[in-house]
Parts: sequence; structure tokens; C-alpha cells
Amino acid sequence: MRIPCPLCGERDAAEFSTIGSAPPPRPSADAPMEDWHAYLHLRDNPAGLHAELWQHIHGCRQWLRVMRDTRSHAVASAEACRP
Amino acid sequence: MTRLATCGLIDRAQTLRFTFDGRAYQGHAGDTLASALLANGVRLVGRSFKYHRPRGIWGLGSEEPNVLVELRDGARQEPNTRATTAELFEGLSARSQNRWPSLRFDVMALNGLLGPLLSAGFYYKTFMWPAAFWEKVYEPLIRRAAGLGRAATAPDPDRYERMHAHCDVLVVGAGPTGLAAALAAARTGARVILADEDFALGGRLLAERQEIDGAPATGWVARVLAELQNLPDVTLLPRTTIFGAFDHGTYGAVQRVADHLAEPAPGQPRQRAWTIVAKRVVLAAGAVERPIAFPGNDRPGVMSAAAARGYLHRYAVLPGRRAVVFTAGDDGWRTALALRDAGAEVTVVDPRDRPACPGLRVVAGARVVGTGGRLCLISVRLDTGEAIAADLLAVSGGWNPTLHLASHQGGRPHWDEALAAFLPGTPPPGMAVAGAAAGRFTLAACLADGAAAGLQAARDAGHEGQPLALPRADDEPAGLRALYHVPGRKAFVDFQHDVTADDIALAAREGFRSVEHAKRYTTLGMATDQGRTANVVGLAILAEATGRGIAETGTTIFRPPYTPVAIGALAGAQTGPDFRPTRLTPLHAWSARHGASFVTTGAWLRPEWYARPGEAGWRDSVDREVLHVRRAAGFCDVSTLGKIEVVGPGAAALLDFVYANDISTLKPGRIRYGLMLREDGFVLDDGTCARLSENRFFVTTTTANAARVMQHLEYAHQVLRPELDVSILSVTDAWAQIALAGPRARDVLAQVTAQDVSNAALPHMACTEAVFAGGLRGRLYRLSFSGELAFELGVPPDDAEALADRLRAAGAEPYGTEALGVLRIEKGHAGGGEINGQTTAGNLGLGRMLSRRKEFIGRVMAQRPALVDPARPVLVGLRGDGLRTGAHLLEPGAAANTANDLGHVTASCWSPHLQAQIGLALLSGGQARIGTRIRVYDALRGQDGEAEVVAPVFIDPEGTRTRA
Ligand SMILES: [Zn+2]
Repeated sequence: MRIPCPLCGERDAAEFSTIGSAPPPRPSADAPMEDWHAYLHLRDNPAGLHAELWQHIHGCRQWLRVMRDTRSHAVASAEACRP
Repeated sequence: MTRLATCGLIDRAQTLRFTFDGRAYQGHAGDTLASALLANGVRLVGRSFKYHRPRGIWGLGSEEPNVLVELRDGARQEPNTRATTAELFEGLSARSQNRWPSLRFDVMALNGLLGPLLSAGFYYKTFMWPAAFWEKVYEPLIRRAAGLGRAATAPDPDRYERMHAHCDVLVVGAGPTGLAAALAAARTGARVILADEDFALGGRLLAERQEIDGAPATGWVARVLAELQNLPDVTLLPRTTIFGAFDHGTYGAVQRVADHLAEPAPGQPRQRAWTIVAKRVVLAAGAVERPIAFPGNDRPGVMSAAAARGYLHRYAVLPGRRAVVFTAGDDGWRTALALRDAGAEVTVVDPRDRPACPGLRVVAGARVVGTGGRLCLISVRLDTGEAIAADLLAVSGGWNPTLHLASHQGGRPHWDEALAAFLPGTPPPGMAVAGAAAGRFTLAACLADGAAAGLQAARDAGHEGQPLALPRADDEPAGLRALYHVPGRKAFVDFQHDVTADDIALAAREGFRSVEHAKRYTTLGMATDQGRTANVVGLAILAEATGRGIAETGTTIFRPPYTPVAIGALAGAQTGPDFRPTRLTPLHAWSARHGASFVTTGAWLRPEWYARPGEAGWRDSVDREVLHVRRAAGFCDVSTLGKIEVVGPGAAALLDFVYANDISTLKPGRIRYGLMLREDGFVLDDGTCARLSENRFFVTTTTANAARVMQHLEYAHQVLRPELDVSILSVTDAWAQIALAGPRARDVLAQVTAQDVSNAALPHMACTEAVFAGGLRGRLYRLSFSGELAFELGVPPDDAEALADRLRAAGAEPYGTEALGVLRIEKGHAGGGEINGQTTAGNLGLGRMLSRRKEFIGRVMAQRPALVDPARPVLVGLRGDGLRTGAHLLEPGAAANTANDLGHVTASCWSPHLQAQIGLALLSGGQARIGTRIRVYDALRGQDGEAEVVAPVFIDPEGTRTRA
């Protein structure tokens, strides 16, 4: 698989590591426990376009938000989390 | 001998000696093992997988289903190599497989008599009962009876390596289509890789006697290769199989660099695995001839007609003097004419109505219904009742496009009734299929198709050029009547897995009508050749048996690898100690010179202790090192600690966010012990954080978690706090770090630096830039993990040895990781055994560190009821003989079961200072149990004893030594 890093260009997936699904926004400190539970543990598992976090650990070390189709592995976009 | 005196692409000047099953033979450079065996008249070359039937050479290349052999001896012995792809070399030793005691007399051929028992689905039927018999009787029996070759038992002495490459156009196959495609693409200036599994490039043109531009086609091949060789952006890869098409234009290839040599030259790898990323791909893999299933079609001497022609033209081998050609199409006639011209007596059997032909005996409108002979073919029977004496039966059932790579990403082939062939479905993005692989089976069509596909691929990759002036060639006749099967017993479909036409019909009768079910039930196409010659015939028989057409029956799809790939090639150089890089500290060589032995810690090698002459064992060394620290001063290489600089106006805010305790209140020039939590509330890592200046922090992590903490910091910054202006840099390798500890540490330090290191100038948890003796510039931190007065000294790696020499000269002795461990257990510091991913700050006695005045990662979830449950195991000390790490803790007298488990010993050691066996443990209700006794139960080592529960700090709980 190839991932188009916005800083380094298209690179082999072996240069990256991933934590899987991109988590929802981090709840505020006073949010109810249910929100924190959802933030930490609940993820969709779609057959189709899927937002994922990948880090280019053997390159620029940027964390990337990658939109990837889980059926075809086609990467629709990859953007730096901190542009 | 069946070698002809003239013709062929072998080098008659170079004679090569080889052995097969112990007998000596001779061949020539340019031979394969198969062609050399045929040239020597060897026709029986293997036994079949299941029935141990005698088998001979069917094919010309990697499609060969029968002739799998063992090559070489000793550690280089290699099973299951196709004799048709094994390039002959001087001294090659080859052996047939799956026979005992010999190829000519194989006891297991009795399996042939058990045929009815071993028919389709026999795994599921015959050996079902009694169940216990499977493991003890049936499986060993079957394994002995049915099998492939034996792998070497000694370690592989050869090297393998991996290579990565990018190109504009990858051309797979160097036949007429591939050569035209590569030339058209290369002339645009595109970066081209042309790969072919054969050792000679030219594909089918090497096996034919065809003309291009009015001269032998081999001349055109030579001219094209010469031009390609001279283009700087073209890479020619003979002996290279593109075995898989993966995502996003990534292709796997294996290059047999030295398989054609007795052993690789010094420094040369045996094989090289390539990862090729191609913008565009032209699949020009050609086609292979398929057999016709008829009774006795597996007898040695029955051969693909196109292969027979290939042996004649390329290797100058006449595969039979009295030949029958059984062909359903025009292609077989070319073989008949070639054999005739080479002097053979030839009969053509064609089910179609065919006219007479000079020099050939033609039996039109007929079929072959049987063969005779025991170990080799001696006769052929026709449905006319005639029997013909023959030593070669060349069979031509039409062509199967080699479309495997086009279906590796899921593209399902579709049946073309007019061509009687499966054609590629939707290929992977960026791939075009051309020539015979796309069903264009004639020479002129292949050249035109390849040239067009090559130019288009280069254009799609961003290059521009002119269409190739097409060389002049003819389209040979390619008429065909679809004929797959002549009814009768022992008509083999899958030669390698011994699947017969009857097996497929039986599967259909028993309800396995879907192609996927029939495949698994009969094992059709599941051998190492993935049914390259077998599948279409099998599907046709299944279609017939179920009353459907082939198009409706459909086909299974192919997966990587196209041909078997040695695991060694994929592993490359990453074997044994080279499985991953080994990291050495700047003091590694120094430590080795001073008697250190080393222990693997993650990727690092660290000194475990420094043995001295006269010490009886490791305990002597470790006890001496510990006592020297407690009584005088020692120093330890702690360069493996993760070291991270966090710099910028937002650095303090970021560190406040990732540490559970406050960092922003730290003053420049001071250090704080820090604790990081995971977002789920458990402890991630501990370490120190030194504020070098207002916006510059130096963070240390444990050795084990260095990479993880770095990633965690980057995540916290980039994903969670992107608004902060911070830079984070790993400086682990930029600093050699030495811990200096002991009551005399300050005296030692005073001898290696002129700076004021008094308690007033450098109090506990202070840090400063420093200049050490000899002008070494570095940093000085006052912090302690041993409970002693201690410092850490940081210098550039190149200065580490000089500093170590000076420390030693000043009276400090080096100590290793074992002593380091004893010192930290005596002091009750949490380490890897305690920070194990399942402990909270409270469990480690560090609950007070959690800040109440700020937000930080893990804060909310650390308050979960289960994480603040007072019954959770907490850190305590243990004292008692026989304490061993990993032992479980129980109430004295309680039964040893999981329900009564109160925790476990996380670390233990002999304390030479206390003269006692001590340990740390995570113990439920531990605080209240201090002063009581606990049962220490170690089922793994068969030990059972008791220990006293004590506070986890065994030495100087007030910290007066540290602050001295
Ligand atoms: Zn990058």
C-alpha cells in the first residue's frame, strides 16, 4: 500500500504506523464518563471510506489523517493533523 | 541420445556434467535440467503425489506440473524445483521425489490400486472413523505415501537480500509482446523494468522457428535487447519472476541471482526479493498450452505439443522419433511439421476434418482414447480402434492466457467462447494486459499489441514518443475446436494433485457443483502450480457434468505468489542476530575491554556486569558492584535511556498536558521526576524532566519505552494540542549518559570537573551545563535512582570513553544492569515489572503526583471506579528466602487457585547490603498487610514458601543519603 504524505510524497505503508480509526474529538475535562468511554473505546468499522490516523514514523514523523476505502485500500486523501 | 547435431540455442562448446538419481550425465550451457534429461533419453523423472504413478516432462517452463525435483546436497538441498526451470550447471546433483526405494520400482505405486479409496474428497470420507485413528495411523501413513521433496535440515548457508525500485513502466514477460512494449516505452525516455522468469529473454520466440523482418526472429530479439541494454533508464531482469500484484502499483518479484551456480560467488546473494513500484504495468506473460484429459494421458512420453516444439528448437532435443500429435487446433500441426522436419515419423490425430499433408500421416476426425507402456509410452490407441507404436504423444488442447497477475487484486477472468479461453477481467489500476495473455495468440498481433500497450503506458506515466515502426511478421493459423476431455478412466486433469476427470464428475454428483466447492473437494488447482495446466480442463468437465456452460460455471481466481517463493528470499538479510539492528552504546567497546558481558534489552546490548579475575560467578561480580556503590562510588552507562528535547514557547504547556504532575512550575536549572499516564488512566512511563531554560526541556524515558513516549508526545502535540508552538526532537543518540552514584560520588566528580559541585551550588534535582576534565563539554544533572548521592553526566558520544577513564581513575568502578536493578529494588523504585500497563499511579504509591490544578492525559479515566478500587494490588516490599519473580501471593493456608490470588512478585534479588533476599510485589490490600506474612507460591518452578510484607523502600526511606 502507498500513502501520499503531504510533506514527503507518496511512500510505502511500511514507513508508517497506524492506530486505526481516527478518534472523535477529545472530550472536555468535565464531560460525562460516557463521552470519555466513547472517545476511548467506541469506533465504527465501515466497509468503505474510513478515517484513520497514520504516523510517518520513518519519514517526517507527522501524524496524518488518512481517508481510506477498507474494501479497495484506495486512499482518497491524507492530511497532516497539524498542518 | 536424442540431441540433434545442429540448431538450438545451446552452447555445444561448453559441456556440463550433472547427476540425476546418482547417475552421471552430460548437457550443455543453455540447457535446463529437463532439456538435458530429455537429451540423454531420460523420460521417467518423477512419481505422482498421490498414486505414485510414473511421470515425465510435460511442459517447457514454470507451468510444469509433474517434474518436481530435489536439487543440490547438504545444507543447500532444495525440494520441489521444476526441472524445466532449473538451469543446468557443472556438478548439479538432482534427485527425483516421492518414490521408494527407487524411481523405477516404487512400492507406494500400490496406491494406484487403492484409487477408489483415494478419490475426490477422500480426506473427508475414508478416514473419518474412528477419530483417534486420524492422528496416530492415517495421517502418518498418508504423509509417508503422498508427498513432495525434503527440505535441508541444516541452516541455509546462503545470503538473500531485498531491493526496492521505482519505474514508469514495468513490463512483465520478455516474449514478442513484452519486448515490443519495453522498446516502445523505453524510446520515450521512460524508466522501464523488463522482467522475465527465464534465464534467456525472448519468451516463446526462443521456442519457435519464426521470422521477423524476413529473418529468424532470434535476430530481432538480439537487436531489441541490445538497444534496451544501451538505454540508461532501462533495467533488464532475467531470472526474475513478478510473483504478486499488490496495492497501489506495488509488485513483488524474486530474482534468482545465483541459482544457476553451484554456489554463489563471494558477496553474491542467492536470491533477491524486489519490491517494485510502477506507475504503469504491461502484463505480457504470454500463454501456456493446456492438456486434453484422456485415459492414460499422464504416461511419461505424453507432452505438451508446444513444449515438444520448444525442446526441438531451443534445446536441439528431439523428444521422440515416432511421434503422435493429438491436437484440437492448428497449433499442434506446427509441432507435427517441426518434428517431421527434424526426421521423426509423425502421425497427426485431429478431431476436426483435416486434409492430407506431405510427410505426415493424418488421422482426421479421431481422438486418442488410451496409451500403453509401463514406465514409458510405447503405444497410442485411437477411437478408430487403431493402435500406433509411439515414443512421444504431443498434445495440444488450446492455450490458457497467463493472466494471474491481472486477477491478484480480485479481477475475475471471463470466458471467451470464440477463443475457448479465460481472458483477464478488470486488471489492477495501472495495468494493461497485452499479447497472448490477453488472448491474442499470433505473432504479428502480439508485436502490434505490445508496441501499442508499451507506448500508451509510457504516455500515461508522463512521457511522449512516436509509435514503434512495427517489424514485419505473419499471423500463424490459430484455428481450434474446443476439446477438453475424452471419456474414460484415469484421465488426469491436475497432474500435480492426481485429480482425474472421474473425480470431478464424482464431486458434481455429490453436490459440489460450485466451482469453489469442487475445487476444495477434489483439490483441483490447489497444488504448487495453482492448476496452471489443469484448471480450464477441470472447469470444462465440471460444466459438462452439471449441464452448464463454462462461462456460467466460472473460475476461481489466482492469488500471489504466481510461483512458489522461498521464505528466505522474502526475509532477505533479516535473519538470526540481523533480524533487526543491534544498538550499541558509545561505551560498548570500553565496557567490553573492562570485562563486561552484555544482555539484550530491546534493540540494545547493555553491560550486565563487569567480571573480574577470581570471581566464581556472576553473583560475585554483581554483589561487589552493588557494595562499591553503597560504600564508595560506581558509575553506570545509562545512554540507552530515551532522551527527548522539547523546545518552544508552548513546551511547558505541552509537558503539563502529557505529565500527570506539574511541569510548568519547574524553574530553569531544575529537574523533576515525572509520570506519564495513558489516556485510559494507567501509567505509561516514568522518567525525568529537566528545564534547561525557559522554553527548553530535556525529557528522559525508560529504555524500553523510548520510542513509544516519543510517539506519544508527537501525538499529544500534533493531534491533541496542535495550537501549541513546540518542536520535539529525539536526542537519544546525541548523548552518552553516565550515572555516577555512591557516598563518594561528589569526591569523584570533583576530580573530573573544576566546577563547584557542592550541595549549595548543585542541590538535589538541579542541572547545569558543565565542562569536564580535558575540556569535554556536556551537562551535569543531580538525580538518583539508587538512593545514593548521585549525578548523571552527559557528553557527546565521542567523549564517553575519555570520561569513563577519568571516572575510573578518580576511584569509581563501573557497574552493569544487574547491579542497577539491585540498587533500584533496594530503593523501591518502580521499573518495568511494576509499570506493566496494568498499574495506576496509586498502585505504585505515586498517587500524590497526580496534579489537581491542571488538565492532563489520563486524568479523567484514572478516576474510574475500578482504577481507584482499594482492592487493586499495590506496590509493597517482600523479604524472605526463595523469593522469585513471577511467584504468586496467597493468604497463608489458602488454596492455590486463581480466586485466592492476591498478586505477584514483580522483582527480586539478593541484597548484598541487607544480606537478604528481597523483592517488590503488587499485592492486593498491600498497605494493610505490611508487617504480616504472605505465602509465595510458584507453580512454574515448583516452589512454595513464605515472605514478610514490608514497605517497598529498603534503604534510607528519609532520603538523607540522596540529599547529602
Ligand atoms: Zn512524511
